[in-house]
Amino acid sequence: MSAVAAEGRLPTATSGDRAPAWWGMLVLIATEATFFGALIFSYFYLALDKSQWPPAGIKPPELARPLIGTALLWGSSLPMWWAEHSARKGLMGRVALSLAVSMGMSTMFFLIQMLEYATKEFGPQVNAYTSIFYAITAFHGMHVFVALIMSAVVQVRVWLGHFTAERHLAIQVLGLYWHFVGLVWVFILGSLYISPHLLQ
Amino acid sequence: MAALADRELLIKVWETHPKALSPFVTVDHKKIGARYLVTAFLFFLAGGIEALVMRTQLALPENRLLDPETYNQLFSMHGTTMIFLFATPILSGFGNYVVPLMLGARDMAFPRLNAFTYWVFLFSGLFIYASFLIGSAPDGGWFAYTPLSGKAASPGPGLDFWALGLVLLGISTTAGALNFIVSILKVRAPGMSVDRLPLFIWNVLVTALAVIFALPALTLACLLLELDRNFGTHFFDPAAGGSALLWQHLFWFFGHPDVYIIFLPAVGIVSSVVPVFSRRPMVGHTFVALATVTTGVLSFGVWLHHMFATGLPPIALSFFGVVTTLIAVPAGVQIIAWITTMWSGRPVWRTPLMFAAGFIVLFLIGGLTGVMFAVVPFDQQITDSYFVVAHFHYVLFGGAVFPIFAGLYYWLPKMTGRLMNDRFGQVNFWLMFTGFNLTFMPMHIVGMLGMPRRVYTYPTGLGWDGTNLAETVGAFLLGVGILAFIANFLWSLKAGEPAGPNPWFANTLEWATSSPPEDYNFEVMPTVAGRDPLWDTHDELGRPILARPRALQRETLGTELLEAIPQNVLNMPQDTPLPFVLAFCLAVLFVGLLLQQIALCLLAGLASIVVVGAWLWPGKEAQA
Repeated sequence: MSAVAAEGRLPTATSGDRAPAWWGMLVLIATEATFFGALIFSYFYLALDKSQWPPAGIKPPELARPLIGTALLWGSSLPMWWAEHSARKGLMGRVALSLAVSMGMSTMFFLIQMLEYATKEFGPQVNAYTSIFYAITAFHGMHVFVALIMSAVVQVRVWLGHFTAERHLAIQVLGLYWHFVGLVWVFILGSLYISPHLLQ
Repeated sequence: MAALADRELLIKVWETHPKALSPFVTVDHKKIGARYLVTAFLFFLAGGIEALVMRTQLALPENRLLDPETYNQLFSMHGTTMIFLFATPILSGFGNYVVPLMLGARDMAFPRLNAFTYWVFLFSGLFIYASFLIGSAPDGGWFAYTPLSGKAASPGPGLDFWALGLVLLGISTTAGALNFIVSILKVRAPGMSVDRLPLFIWNVLVTALAVIFALPALTLACLLLELDRNFGTHFFDPAAGGSALLWQHLFWFFGHPDVYIIFLPAVGIVSSVVPVFSRRPMVGHTFVALATVTTGVLSFGVWLHHMFATGLPPIALSFFGVVTTLIAVPAGVQIIAWITTMWSGRPVWRTPLMFAAGFIVLFLIGGLTGVMFAVVPFDQQITDSYFVVAHFHYVLFGGAVFPIFAGLYYWLPKMTGRLMNDRFGQVNFWLMFTGFNLTFMPMHIVGMLGMPRRVYTYPTGLGWDGTNLAETVGAFLLGVGILAFIANFLWSLKAGEPAGPNPWFANTLEWATSSPPEDYNFEVMPTVAGRDPLWDTHDELGRPILARPRALQRETLGTELLEAIPQNVLNMPQDTPLPFVLAFCLAVLFVGLLLQQIALCLLAGLASIVVVGAWLWPGKEAQA
């Protein structure tokens, strides 16, 4: 309790688990994860009473392009981690570089997804399978898009010199969201792309 | 003299600025909480009027006051209003007003987000109610089962208002829950370690966590329904491989925890009121806190009991039947704790305790019929009858509205600074208690006699006439009781006795400051050394905390998660119109979705992104 007496010495800079915003992002991630959980539940629930899934006339999704996309999206967590690490040391040049790299990789994932939509042999309105396929990938795509905008704003702030080794909460919070968007993709890749090949 | 100067500085820093725009810019949790209470109460009156119109229709057999379609719209809007626009938000109102005070903080962790949640709640309520204006209110019941809620069975735009309105409201509820969780974790009074948390705080915390994990299922269900209705997808369409039962799974995965999202904060009010008016600390404080957590966890394992009659495999029915029975255990623990607290204390039967005790009686009845429903064969026999209507009104009206009135009588004096008349309050209680039982007790019987719920009329000679008439008389008596409350409240504003800081000799920190509290809540941040800080005597530790704002900043204390040891001084945001603007942009976005105007949606979406950017851009108060 002696800390109380020392109020004058309490810091105003917040970081990591001392910051409300960090906890706020964790709670947001929890609710978003539940949302994707419900989506993936719906995918398998719709498959339950079907003898064939994807249904007859629809091929299981191809794997080559999604796997390249996966490597890019997951890989983009690495420079993101490097950005957080460099921010703690106050090396803002490295932060700017690694954020740009991670954003580039994630953007390429996003473009690959767009390409898959453009070349897909079915639209969302064919049957329940195609509806849920598009719903899951589109909701994930929106999350990637939001993460990209967040990253762009944080990068502008890096250039403006807003951050120091002590004050860089926005980078930490961005990192949490970034890793989450990649992690969700693990489950989507497993459910939508890989499971149809295993369960044939 | 130095103390006075500190106080003036606090006033200057915390008062709303600019004053002329106060309603649109304030981020004060007390003003936001009060608005939540008023707005939700107005929706309560709207839902109540819908109920009275329905009861008038059902007073006599073969009545032709309403046609079936209007009746469908009325029961759909009654349920939707009471669950989504009254019960959940009014408890957010109590939470917003009381939680920061109880924690000994100067505001919530995210004050601007708090303002935002109110505006989104208001707009989504107006959005759903706008359907009345075009004569096409939702007509699929409050749980909107597919295929009845599909385009073929409900071609009008009513269910589009409903589904989109609930998605919009979900943004508000989720953001509010997030704010409660982080506030409770991070801005507590020094010394308020986890084992000393007031029970109301426990209830708000568990409720907020339940929202975080339950609400996404509803949001998803509503989005998928909207896509099915207007975009040609097939999620709920069995003809194209979809499943109508998928809706029920998603809806009740949310819907059953939602019953506890309404019930738990109400229980928290009872756990606040009972010890205060029994003049002793709560018996079994730890067990009641654990029971709250247990209820929250178990509430996620019972959703299938809404679907016992849908032909699910027996193993699933058994499992969910067992968990449904189990959830009676933590409820029993709490009931025993309340009764023992009253028994071993010296109860002072003022109006708040009357409502709390009335709650215990009604909730016991509703809980017992709930356990009956956990027995699958009984459920299959009696489902969709008036017995169900009786059961859930005992649980939700008895279990939530009575505690809400206890909370209103208990906390409104803190907010207005004036006490309501206690004798009139007793009259208010007995009117509501009698009216409630006269309305809903006979529904058990008429349900057993086979009257299905949601019928707009019934033939004479089935033995239902007398009970239905009695129910209608009861409903109007209940309405008179609620008018009595309004009269008492309005009277208290003019002529009520001044409340003073702590009219009830209560134990928690919200009573440690003036009524109504100043904008800054506490001149000096309070410290805590026990569960009932105002009943303990302890010396304030060290020197006063945050008595003098540094550099004209709004500040509150950030504390450590478990032990509430001070960690940092959190700079709090200034007043801003951005929350209002963002809520407005989102409302426009949803209007665009309703009208299927893509250009409007894009414009509103883009504007929202820009506003969020401006919001998160660091102001002078918080670089990073």
